[in-house]
Amino acid sequence: MRLSDSWVVATKDLGIFRRKRYIIYSLIALPVVFSVLLPGTILLSLSGSSAASVNEAVNRILKPEFNLFIMLSAILPSVIGSYSFIGEKVEKSLEPLLATPATDNELLLGKCLAAFIPSIGATYMGVVIFIGLTDAFTYGILHRLALPDLNSLVIVFLAIPLACSLSVEFSVVVSSRVNDIRAAQQLGSLIILPLLAVFILSEVGTLSSDVGGTLVIAAILLVADIVMSFIARGTFQREEILTKWK
Amino acid sequence: MIDAQDLTKRFGNVTAVQNLTLHVNEGEVFGFLGQSGAGKNNTIRMLSCLISKTSGNATIDNYQIGNRDDQLRIRELVGILPENVGLYEDLSAYRNLDFYGKMYHRTDQQRREAIERLLKMQGLWERRDDLVGTYSKGMKQKVAIARALIHDPKVVFLDEPTANLDPESAKTTRDFILELKKERRTIFLNTHNLDEVQRVCDRIGILKTSLIAVGSPDQLRNSLWGRKTVVHLTSVDDKILSAVKGLGVRNYETVGNNKIVIDVNDPDVDNPAIVREIVRAGGSVRFVTELRPTLEDIYLRLLKNGSASAA
Repeated sequence: MRLSDSWVVATKDLGIFRRKRYIIYSLIALPVVFSVLLPGTILLSLSGSSAASVNEAVNRILKPEFNLFIMLSAILPSVIGSYSFIGEKVEKSLEPLLATPATDNELLLGKCLAAFIPSIGATYMGVVIFIGLTDAFTYGILHRLALPDLNSLVIVFLAIPLACSLSVEFSVVVSSRVNDIRAAQQLGSLIILPLLAVFILSEVGTLSSDVGGTLVIAAILLVADIVMSFIARGTFQREEILTKWK
Repeated sequence: MIDAQDLTKRFGNVTAVQNLTLHVNEGEVFGFLGQSGAGKNNTIRMLSCLISKTSGNATIDNYQIGNRDDQLRIRELVGILPENVGLYEDLSAYRNLDFYGKMYHRTDQQRREAIERLLKMQGLWERRDDLVGTYSKGMKQKVAIARALIHDPKVVFLDEPTANLDPESAKTTRDFILELKKERRTIFLNTHNLDEVQRVCDRIGILKTSLIAVGSPDQLRNSLWGRKTVVHLTSVDDKILSAVKGLGVRNYETVGNNKIVIDVNDPDVDNPAIVREIVRAGGSVRFVTELRPTLEDIYLRLLKNGSASAA
């Protein structure tokens, strides 16, 4: 497998994304909502509170809220991944691309990287802002860094990449069945429903929101990733694309 | 260069291409004609390893299209201009071509040189950095042709290369095809433009799910119509017709009262004898021409009859 071919496809797509305003806005707006507005309102409401109150708010509200970044990492690829595949369909540029000597897997990897890199980058940007804001507000009161803790590191380095890649693979499958970018984005975003369920379960205490609980989520995501990668590879085959993709 | 033997493609119960047997020589411009849905596109897709064959065999430069290892080699050998130009509208012409150059593993220098040569040839070098989305249809078509040639392919599949082009650009493209021929590249030209076929193709194949005829335009013309000589006279009378009949020709008919159309085997041999006999019978010959059905006549008759008259 020539990874250089995949990288050529990915960099080409990234060059195109830079010119798509809605992709740029999505990559900025959603992380800002997750990392500035949500913690910002909570932190502002804590101004003048005691150290004990702030500590409780961090543990009971902000740290569980950090799980939202798993969802964010799944939402962003549905925006970008849909363009990556449907955009090629709409511009009818898939056939000349498929005529190149790259293998199906090399092309698929390139397209997936193009959706994965900006999504994970924007999610991590949101994570850094979230942690920075939280610590900037609480350090003077708690005299220690509230974040990152071990659980948030597991989320950042395990759960987020797995959720992101699952969403990218799901975009491939969705793209094979629809012709419209908006429809693909809407269908692609369905991937967040199980993640939303996990978030709600952890919020109500049914699912532990500690390291153990996060590791369970990561393990489930890993299995889902493996299954979805097989489905995506089965979908992304030259003949399938040229003759069966809508 | 291209060899197909009983090549067949089925989609479920629908047969798209049936028992296609074909040989295209290196350096030949081969015109592929047929109605929409005749299987031309699927043939090109099979030959360029984009879709699999159902049965039969085909090779490109001795590489088997059904062989997994050979498929990548075939894709390196082949350049394709698909029906839809399929360019990246948010990239410049230069970046479009550079991307494909990279995908075909061309070095930086090879890409630079090829892009400059092809865009200058197509008259687009000055606009190389403009987004393709700002180009006219004809300009996009030119970029797509350049893309098909970016990796210096030995075999080029061109699907309607002059569609969307103005007459001047169409002529430039036809001349370009002939240049490619001089470079010994094999051109497989999928088109509905019979005039274009007449101008650039060495041989043509007419497809109607299966190949119903193949040969040079002259060979097909002769196999369908035979060769006919038209003798233009000041007037035709019974004595002249008797003289023509006496020559033992296969068939003849009068048109109006001053023309005789005569079936001949070899005009170079038969025409002098015909003229001599007519003059001897008292006829006054104004001039002699050959009746040549157009390629359109050939094409339509073959499609209507659906029978092979391959030469």
